[in-house]
Amino acid sequence: MYHETEILETRTDAEGHEWMTINVGPQHPATHGVLHLVITLDGETIVKVDPHLGYIHRSIEKMCESLSYRQFIYVTSRMDYLSAHINNHGCALCVEKGLQVEVPPRAQVIRVLMDELTRIASHELWWGAMAMDLGAFTPFFYAFREREMINDIMEETCGARLTMNYMVPGGVMHDIHPNFQRRVKEFLKDYKRKISEYDEVVTENIIFQNRMKGIGILSPEDAISYGCSGPVARGSGVHCDVRKHYPYEIYSSLQFDEVLESGGDCFARYLVRMREMKESVRIIEQLIDNIPEGDFQAKTKAVLKLPKGEFYSKVETARGEFGVYIVSDGGTTPYRIKFRSPGFSNLSVLDKLARGNKIGDLVAIMGTLDLVIPDIDR
Amino acid sequence: MGVIRYLRDIWRGAVSLARGMRRTLYYFLRPKEIITQQYPDNRLTLNLPERFKGEVVMPHNENNEHRCTGCQACELACPNGSLKVIYKYEITAEGKKKKAIDKLVYHLELCTMCNLCIEACPSDAIKMAQTFEHSVFDRSQLIKILNKPGSKIMEGVE
Repeated sequence: MYHETEILETRTDAEGHEWMTINVGPQHPATHGVLHLVITLDGETIVKVDPHLGYIHRSIEKMCESLSYRQFIYVTSRMDYLSAHINNHGCALCVEKGLQVEVPPRAQVIRVLMDELTRIASHELWWGAMAMDLGAFTPFFYAFREREMINDIMEETCGARLTMNYMVPGGVMHDIHPNFQRRVKEFLKDYKRKISEYDEVVTENIIFQNRMKGIGILSPEDAISYGCSGPVARGSGVHCDVRKHYPYEIYSSLQFDEVLESGGDCFARYLVRMREMKESVRIIEQLIDNIPEGDFQAKTKAVLKLPKGEFYSKVETARGEFGVYIVSDGGTTPYRIKFRSPGFSNLSVLDKLARGNKIGDLVAIMGTLDLVIPDIDR
Repeated sequence: MGVIRYLRDIWRGAVSLARGMRRTLYYFLRPKEIITQQYPDNRLTLNLPERFKGEVVMPHNENNEHRCTGCQACELACPNGSLKVIYKYEITAEGKKKKAIDKLVYHLELCTMCNLCIEACPSDAIKMAQTFEHSVFDRSQLIKILNKPGSKIMEGVE
């Protein structure tokens, strides 16, 4: 139940035990967005974490009901802005499923390439912000240096750096830029050299490891019952990679591993993301020289109309499973749209993880959950 | 034993920290590997890719002619209502009524640069410009009229 709390509140129970309630956020550097946490403390130990949502709610699902099937895709870039491509991809897949459109092979390869570049860029930013939360400032600049190269590639091909709106029903909006392949290869060559620096600067640091190991342990049972997905669940050893188990586009023909760690603590979730970046590099390497010739967009009608019925598709974003559910009544706009965003389920486990830990560890736990608040509130 | 472990932990922490600092020192001594753009100072040499979505513009040729027929496809394609076509009817030489634009009003403050209008335009009348410094003191200055005063439709564009 929601109740307003004072900025700082102390309460003493019948046995003389003193509890303190403090507010972290909605404007706080460690929450990376407008997340409001009401934390009940016993001394320095966390008794309860109560996330309050809604500070950036824009009613995107309702907005989509008044937009056509071509138009609504751009809104989803504003949800999980770090994996905007993959969100757009999920929506485009769902509309294509309804229209029964075959996407040309060239478009499929371009889409997967863009998805994996986005995944690297997203994990890059997470890594920098995560290390900064734990007090290391330099990694933030290293992460942004590599992310900038991906952003430049995106800018050249899609025309925007963050909210690309590149995926359209039936394919992609433009063909790839002539420089695309050369620049991606340059990036990969540079990146493989740089990724060892990350281990050197942060992963192998004993101080960093001590702050991560054994903190916020999530059991596989809890991960499943809370509906966690993505690196959060895979850090606990739960098989949940949509790309592997429910392959879409050309993922079934690609060679890559589902990254799993068994620890379930913050360090395991950290390692999953670090290894996932390397897997993404593997996928890009397989595809970058093998982009088939052909159309980049299937022919679709000027006004899209989905047949009456319900359509669902899911994709693996950088944070987990992103689902799009469209109910159509046969018109040009959806009757109802529901987005299953990974951030919401991953946030719900925060209270479970944080209980019993020290307040300083909350930053590490929240960092490894990789929360993007607009994705949670929508 | 506790003391030895404590001291060993401190030693191992210091060694791993020094290893990380070595990387920092590497970049400290090689400033050329650091890519920093001196943004406001490099405005003149700043090259944005030709696909960059900055704002919608309507290109005119040297005779002050554009390619817009006033078909309103961009207005229909826009998700936020940033574009508004105000059209009029012109009498052609054969005496027929023909639709033409009076004004193409563009609300930059509503635009999200999604490129859907450019895709929808059948006669390539509008395109994205590479400008990005849009800040003004009053939001009414963001409402722009894309066709220049006195401009006409180009010959042969239907």
